[in-house]
This record gives sequence, C-alpha cells and structure tokens, in this order.
Amino acid sequence: MSILGELFDTLITSIFDIIPIACILFGFQFFVLRKHIPNTLNVLIGFAYVIIGLALFQLGLQMALFPFGEVMAKQLADPSFIQASSGNLTLEFTWDNYFWVYIFAAAIGFSTTVAEPSLLAVALKANQVSSGAISVWGLRIAVALGVAFGIALGTFRIVTGTPLEYYIMAGYVIVIAQTYYAPKFIVALAYDSGGVTTSTVTVPIVTALGLELANTVPGRSALLDGFGLIAFASLFPIISVMAYAQASAWVNRRNRQTAIENKD
Amino acid sequence: MLDCDHLNITQPIDLLKNQLRAFITAFLSSFKDLLPIILVITFFQLVVLQQPLPKTLELAHLLLGSFFVVLGLTFFIQGLQLGLFPIGESMANAFARKGSVAWLLIFAFALGFGTTIAEPALTAVAAKAANIAAIGKVIATTDAAQAQYALALRLTVAFSVGFAIFIGVLRILKNWPLHYVISAGYLAVILITPFAPAEIIGIAYDSGGVTTSTVTVPLITALGIGLASSIQGRNPMLDGFGLIAFASLTPIMFVLIFGMVYV
Repeated sequence: MSILGELFDTLITSIFDIIPIACILFGFQFFVLRKHIPNTLNVLIGFAYVIIGLALFQLGLQMALFPFGEVMAKQLADPSFIQASSGNLTLEFTWDNYFWVYIFAAAIGFSTTVAEPSLLAVALKANQVSSGAISVWGLRIAVALGVAFGIALGTFRIVTGTPLEYYIMAGYVIVIAQTYYAPKFIVALAYDSGGVTTSTVTVPIVTALGLELANTVPGRSALLDGFGLIAFASLFPIISVMAYAQASAWVNRRNRQTAIENKD
Repeated sequence: MLDCDHLNITQPIDLLKNQLRAFITAFLSSFKDLLPIILVITFFQLVVLQQPLPKTLELAHLLLGSFFVVLGLTFFIQGLQLGLFPIGESMANAFARKGSVAWLLIFAFALGFGTTIAEPALTAVAAKAANIAAIGKVIATTDAAQAQYALALRLTVAFSVGFAIFIGVLRILKNWPLHYVISAGYLAVILITPFAPAEIIGIAYDSGGVTTSTVTVPLITALGIGLASSIQGRNPMLDGFGLIAFASLTPIMFVLIFGMVYV
C-alpha cells in the first residue's frame, strides 16, 4: 500500500516538473505560432508516457539504487575497510590505500551513465542524424568511459585534496586543443555529451560518494571538497568522445592506406 | 492516430500481439541498460565488501525498485519518440517557416529559463551553496539571508541557461562556427576562475552539469536539429548539436561572476 502511495506522490511531483515546460511549449504553439500541433493525440500520449516513465524511474531509483549506492559508498570509504583492504593498519592513509574507491567510482560512473535516459535520447538522435554512422552503443560507451575516468580522477582529487581548478583548467586546455584536430562532425556532439551525462541516475549516486569521501578522509570538509565530481563527469566525456572519433578516423585512414598499398 | 475503419481488423488479436511484442522488446532493451549497474553493485557487495546489508534494505524492495526503473525507462523512451522529439522538431520547423527571428529567440530564452528555474537538482545545489556561503561568512547566517542568496543563485543559473539557448540558436541562424564560440567560453572560464572566491568554484563547475534535466535535453536537442534541418545550408550533424554544450558552459561563467559580485 505504501508503495502505491509513494508512486502517487512521485507521479504528482513529475507532473509538476513537466508543467512549466508544457506551458512554454503549448503557450508558444497556440499564441505565437497559432498552429495545430501535428498528431496532437500522439504528442499528448507521448507526454503522458514521459510523466509515467519518469515517475516510475524516480521511484525505482529511490527504492533500489540510491540507498544501495549510499550504503556502499559509506562502507568503501570507511577507515576499517581501508585498513582491511590495504593492509595499512595505521590511520595515516596514503592516497593509494583508497584503490577500491577509485575502482568503484569508475565502475559506478560507467554503469550509471549507460542507464542515463538523456544520454540515450541524444544517442538516438545522433544515430538518426548521422544515418547510422554513429552507433547508439558506440557513443554511449565512449561517453561512459569518459565519465568513469572523470569520476575516478575526481575521487582521487578529494582524497589528495588538490585544488579542483587545476584539473578543470588542464581539462579545458585538452578540449580546446583536441577541437582543432578532431573530425569536424563530432565536435558539436562531443560538447553536448558533456552536459547530458549528469542527470537523473548519475548525480545522486556520485554526489553521495563525494560527500561520503569528503566526510571520512582526514582533513577534508564535506562542504568544500564534496563538490566537483559532477564537473569531472561533464568534462571528460567531451575528451573521450572526440578521442573516439579521432581513433576511428585514424583506423580508417590506416585501413585505406594498407588497401592502396595492397593494390600496388 | 489509429484509424480503425481503414485498418484490417479481422485479426485484432494479431495487432495486440504485435504491440505486446514491441513493448517486450523495448522492455528487454531497457533491462540491458540497467544490467551494468546491477553487475557492479553485485560484484562490490559479494566480492569486495562482503558485508551484510543494513536491515532497512529488503531484497524484495530492491527487486521491485529495479523493475520500476526498467519499466520507467521503457515508458520514457516511448514518450520521447511519440511526444518530446516530434514537438521539438515541429516547433523548430514552424518557427523557421514563420521567419520571425525575434519570436524564435524569445522562445529559446523562455525554454532555457523556464525549464531551469523549476529544476529540482538546481534547487538542492543552490540551498547547499547558500549554506557554504553562510559558513564562509560571505553572507549573514540567518535563514532569510540564505534563502535570498539561494534564490539569487537560482535566478542567475536560470538566466544563464536562457542566455545559452538564445546564443546557441543565434549561432545556428548566423552559422557561427561552434568551436570558436565554445573555445572562447572555456577560455573565459579559465581566465575568470583565479579571481573568483574559492568557495564558489566547486559549485560553479558543478552547476554546469545539473542544469540539463531529462526532459530538457531531448527537447533542446530536437529544437537544434529541427532548426538545422529546416534552414538551408545547415547540416544537422554539424550545426544541430551544441545547444546543450552552451547550457552547460554559461552557468559556470555566470556563477563564477555571481560569486565575485554578490555581497
């Protein structure tokens, strides 16, 4: 019974989240464009599906994934677990004693990104617009690898307490440099994939991990050092998606060269 | 819309069967999306941590929750294809045909501002940021001062996203090369960062990621691609993407500046 009640509550919340967006869309449709929406019924059914889908999705995450993620983040960052897994019995941990935290960060970053609905939306569009040249799974895995690396590096930063801005600025310099060498068709999509990785699934779990680490690592404050993981998760996919395009362009070029050589 | 008179409904069961089959296929594909998370959690729980779960987590609850996630994802993707993508693209087409640049830009700003100001993730981050500012003695520790700070921050971010979609649409219309505009933006962020107060930097960088929600992303993507496909000489692949990139960049810049000027 209580689950039904919760479902009802999340349904109401997700309706309220959609209302401002629906008002803007339909307001402009009726007052500015003054046109009938093509397939009105389908669009309305689609909106209803989106609301139902988001409500179920949120409720499921709150029931299963978030409590699990939080408990595991807590257990992995716990000093007694670090002692047991690293064999360092003092409480003076070095950064490498936290290796399970980095591995967990990378694994959870990868897997939550694969399940991220907004990334799937962009991947579907990219596949359609590129007439299949960009595969849905190829893009999602490239982005997920970027997030995995970003979040692992982000937890390393929290453990070592190094300033966030150095990492981010270095990352931006790489992005700017890559932009000039990457195939032109991928650039816009790569920039976009930075923003879509971090929504419904990834943010809450990653935030819990960051806060837990900042709480348990000596000398860190949850308030000041807990932030920054999302920034890493939005930066590194840009690099990995461009790298993916650069790598496949390089492989193509080499294949073509070998083909020409073979002909001779 | 289904027009039943013209459909051959001698075998309505077949129609139902097909729809059911399509739904099951979609459901299985959503399950595949969730599988990596399940594997990661199981591996860490059984192999690495080897600790009992707290009693508050019941296995039945977890299974039901995972089922809801998969079901929700299935519905969301269907709704995306039926509702969000088509309306985003048809509105972009209609604006392009109407030829009113001013209305299009107002729409772009309203869409960015309106979807961001109501974003729950942003509200949470803004409240936390106000808390940090109070502890860092930037503002008074009273609730009123914190609420005012949080609201100002939310307005700043919402304005910056509205501005981002505005600039992004203008870029598609004017055919400015994306990488110049974005590189300039990143360069600006790098240059502003050293002058911003230390407490705001983490929040500023994170706020770029939280602004783009699950409903906004498909709409804005469809808007960009719709525009790029209805304006002659634009390539949807080269010019259609990029709006979300702006929406993740400008909040960083605006929040850094906000941290410098808010007293």
